Amino acid sequence: MTEIPEHLLKRAQAAKEKASGPAESAGSDAGAAASASRIPEHLLERSRAAKAGGSAQESGGGAVAVADAPGGLIAAAPLAGGVPMGAGPGGNTQRLLTVVKSGSIQEVKATPVDKVHTWPHLLAAEFVASLACLTFVFLFSIWVNAPLLELANSNATPNPSKAPWYFLGLQELLTMFHPMIAGVTIPGVALIVLIFAPYIDKNPSNKPEDRKFATSLMTVHLMFWAVFTIIGSFFRGPGFNFVLPWVDGMFFHL
Amino acid sequence: MAKIIDEKPRPTVKDRVNDTVGFVQGSQVWSSIFRPGSIFRKGYTDSPRNRSYVIMNSVLYHLHPVKVKRHAVKVSYTLCLGGLSFFLFILLTVTGIFLMFFYRPEATAAWNDISNLQTSVTFGLLVRNMHRWGAHLMVLTTFLHMSRVFYHGAYKPPREFNWVIGIILLTLTLLLSFTGYLLPWDQLALWAVAVGTEMMGYTPVFGQEVRFVLLGGAEIGAETLLRWYVLHVLFFPFIIVIFMAIHFWRVRKDGGISGPL
Repeated sequence: MTEIPEHLLKRAQAAKEKASGPAESAGSDAGAAASASRIPEHLLERSRAAKAGGSAQESGGGAVAVADAPGGLIAAAPLAGGVPMGAGPGGNTQRLLTVVKSGSIQEVKATPVDKVHTWPHLLAAEFVASLACLTFVFLFSIWVNAPLLELANSNATPNPSKAPWYFLGLQELLTMFHPMIAGVTIPGVALIVLIFAPYIDKNPSNKPEDRKFATSLMTVHLMFWAVFTIIGSFFRGPGFNFVLPWVDGMFFHL
Repeated sequence: MAKIIDEKPRPTVKDRVNDTVGFVQGSQVWSSIFRPGSIFRKGYTDSPRNRSYVIMNSVLYHLHPVKVKRHAVKVSYTLCLGGLSFFLFILLTVTGIFLMFFYRPEATAAWNDISNLQTSVTFGLLVRNMHRWGAHLMVLTTFLHMSRVFYHGAYKPPREFNWVIGIILLTLTLLLSFTGYLLPWDQLALWAVAVGTEMMGYTPVFGQEVRFVLLGGAEIGAETLLRWYVLHVLFFPFIIVIFMAIHFWRVRKDGGISGPL
């Protein structure tokens, strides 16, 4: 990843701390919770006092500072039935109904991503790449002509007869196996495994060092076809027998 | 005779051009063509807003978002292979339409048409060469694109289905190339296709039947030429355009291109 601007990094760091800070201290450590979640010290004190009192006598008074019923966030509703009248034991007229951790309702979903405008950054690159590609095809077409042999004649089989280059790996396999194996089973299995690769490969990482097996397997697979295609293209002559291109010449048309 | 003195200086060429441009850009026709905020309405000056408008208010918005991840524009990551495959497809469509003007898919005419195209049509040989080399190059770029995507692990969730679409596109590219291979109707075309379709016949259960339908008979003949011509210029391009649309749409829906590693 290339240089992320300083201010974005700072913002990401701040967002991360904000999101993970209170969640980490969600354990029973009251002191840590107090320092992390700016609840006034005296309120926490009162809540602790109320909890202690509540266990001794089943009091539902308005002085309960914090939800003490197990799991109830709004449990501070007065149980005594009346609207809390007057001041609490500390002389306060407000009471703490509940404490909601900031992480639980304010999820920081969007992590800042460093983005650039498609125009000009991406479009310019695409334009240059297309021009380069067009230039290459154009110049190649000026210098090298597409083959046009004599008129098709189904009575005159050329020797050797070769498929288009991308099927020559298959044709090479045909010299070794039964057509059912070489022409159908092997390419069929290869294609199906390739299609289902994302569902077979459960490894979630895309780091090269985490997926050595997958990359090795793919490399072996690609090399397998590359080698057979090259042999089929350049090292097979009349009768599809093995020849050396630098000795017997090329038997290959694109 | 009194001399007429111009109060105003004569308008320069620049003024006239500016007036004309202003008139055209102020007309209803012009503003009906270009959407509000489009850079073509009132000209382009480089600003973040206009950079967004270039994409947002043009047909390019179908292909690209306004902003992309910074690493996504690194040529060393994608090597432009997918984009070049698409570009080659466009190039092949353009050159292919040109070739269609001079080609009849009949066994008695096809070879002569190609031969005449090369010798007596202006740029005929050049366009045919570009079509053929472009086609081979497209097979290569789609294959390399697939390899690139694999080695980057870009087929992993959430992009699994787009990988499947990609393999279908690769197969369709091969089929397009293979059906086009027969059309020159020379010895190379006939026998390459003969060898290729012979393999197809070994597929169990339906191999022979599919081969019969595709060839329009037991052996390659005049019917095969017509069928493969229709497959090559209409059927497969139609199918591949649909799958390309899904492919490009999914790239954006799955959160842009993968990475960084």
